[in-house]
Amino acid sequence: MIVAERKPYDEIRSLIGPYKKVLVFGCGGCVTVCATGGEKEAEVLAGQLRITDAKEGVAREYVLKTVERQCEREFLKEAQAEIEAADAVLSLACGAGVNLLSEAYPAKLSLPAMNTTFLGANDSPGAWVERCRGCGDCVLHLTGGICPVARCAKNILNGPCGGTHDGKCEVGEDVDCVWSLIVKRLQALGQMERYREIVAPKDWRPGGHGGPRKMVKEDLKV
Amino acid sequence: MASHGIEGDEAVAASSAKVTGFRPRIVAFCCHYCAYTAADLAGAARLEYSPSVEIVRVPCTGKADVIHILEAFAAGADGVFVAGCLDGDCHFINGNLRAKPRVALAKKLIAEAGLEPERLEMFQLSAAEGDRFRQIADEMTRRIEKLGPSPAAKGRAKRTDTGASK
Repeated sequence: MIVAERKPYDEIRSLIGPYKKVLVFGCGGCVTVCATGGEKEAEVLAGQLRITDAKEGVAREYVLKTVERQCEREFLKEAQAEIEAADAVLSLACGAGVNLLSEAYPAKLSLPAMNTTFLGANDSPGAWVERCRGCGDCVLHLTGGICPVARCAKNILNGPCGGTHDGKCEVGEDVDCVWSLIVKRLQALGQMERYREIVAPKDWRPGGHGGPRKMVKEDLKV
Repeated sequence: MASHGIEGDEAVAASSAKVTGFRPRIVAFCCHYCAYTAADLAGAARLEYSPSVEIVRVPCTGKADVIHILEAFAAGADGVFVAGCLDGDCHFINGNLRAKPRVALAKKLIAEAGLEPERLEMFQLSAAEGDRFRQIADEMTRRIEKLGPSPAAKGRAKRTDTGASK
C-alpha cells in the first residue's frame, strides 16, 4: 500500500493560516490502513486544530468528511458539497488524492496534510516498511522475492557491495543488507544459479525516469 | 494561601481555588469496572473529593479514544484523566494496556496543539480503592490549579462544525 505520514503540526497550521472554513478531508484507502489519514485521523487532527484555535483566539470552522478513496473521481463527487463550501480543503490523502482533488475541483485550493513516503508493507502492528519502489520492471523472480531496488541504498542489481558487514548495511546498523538477505534466501531455495547470473543495467524509463507514468486499459475505457 | 501540606478532605475545599477564583474543570474517563466503581465507593464512604472532577463512565479505558480526550480539551476542559484497571485486571483482557500508549500519544498531540502535557494523565486503580480515587481526583485538581486555566478554555471554544461522516 501507499504509506503516508502526517506533516509536522506547525506546517499544517501555517498551511491553513488564512482560511476560515476548512474541510478536513480524510481518505478511506491506504492512509486509513496505515492509520495516518483516515476518518479517525481527520478527527484527531481537527481536534488538535480546534484546541490551538481556541488558545490563539482564532475563529475557524472545520468540516469533516472522509470518502472511500480520494484517488477516484466518483468518490470525490460524494464530497462535492463540502468541498465547494470550504475555503480550502486540507486533504489527508496521499499525493495522488491531492492531485486528483485539484484536477476535479480546479477552483478550490487543496492543501496536503500528509507527506507521501513509500510503497510499503505492514511489518508488525504499528510498523510499516518500504518494500517496493514501483520501478516498473520487477526483478523479484531473480532475487528470491526480496527487492534490491527498494531496499538496497544503492539500488544495485548485482550485490552485495563492499559496504555489507555481518548482514547489515553501512548506511546504518539497523538496516539489513538486502543482498545478504537475498543470498541467504536463494541458498535456502536452492536457487544460487540465479545469483550467479549477472543482471544487465536496469532500464529506469518505466521507473519514472521516462516522465510521468500512465496505464490505460482499453477494455475499461468509456 | 494555598493549602499545600494539608492532606485529606479539607485539602480541596480549602484549596487555592478560593484564593485565585479558578475552579478547574477536569474530565475523568473512568472505567466502569474499576475507577467508576471506586468513585462510587468513595461516595458511599462519604469521602469528599474534588468537585472539579466530572466523570464520564466508559465501559473500559480501551474505549477512551484520543479523539474523546482532544474533544474534551477543545470543549474547554482544563484537565483530563483516564482511570483504568490495574495491569492484568482488565475486564476485557487488555483495554487498559491499550489505553496507556493512547494517553501517551494524546499527551504529545495536546503538546503540539499548545497545551501542557501535564494536563492529561492516566491512573490505574482497583474498584475497592475509593480512597485512592479521592487522592487521584484531588491530586489532579491541585496539579491543574497550579497550571491555571487551559489556554484553550478562554471563552470555551464554540463548536460550529459538522460531525464526521463517511
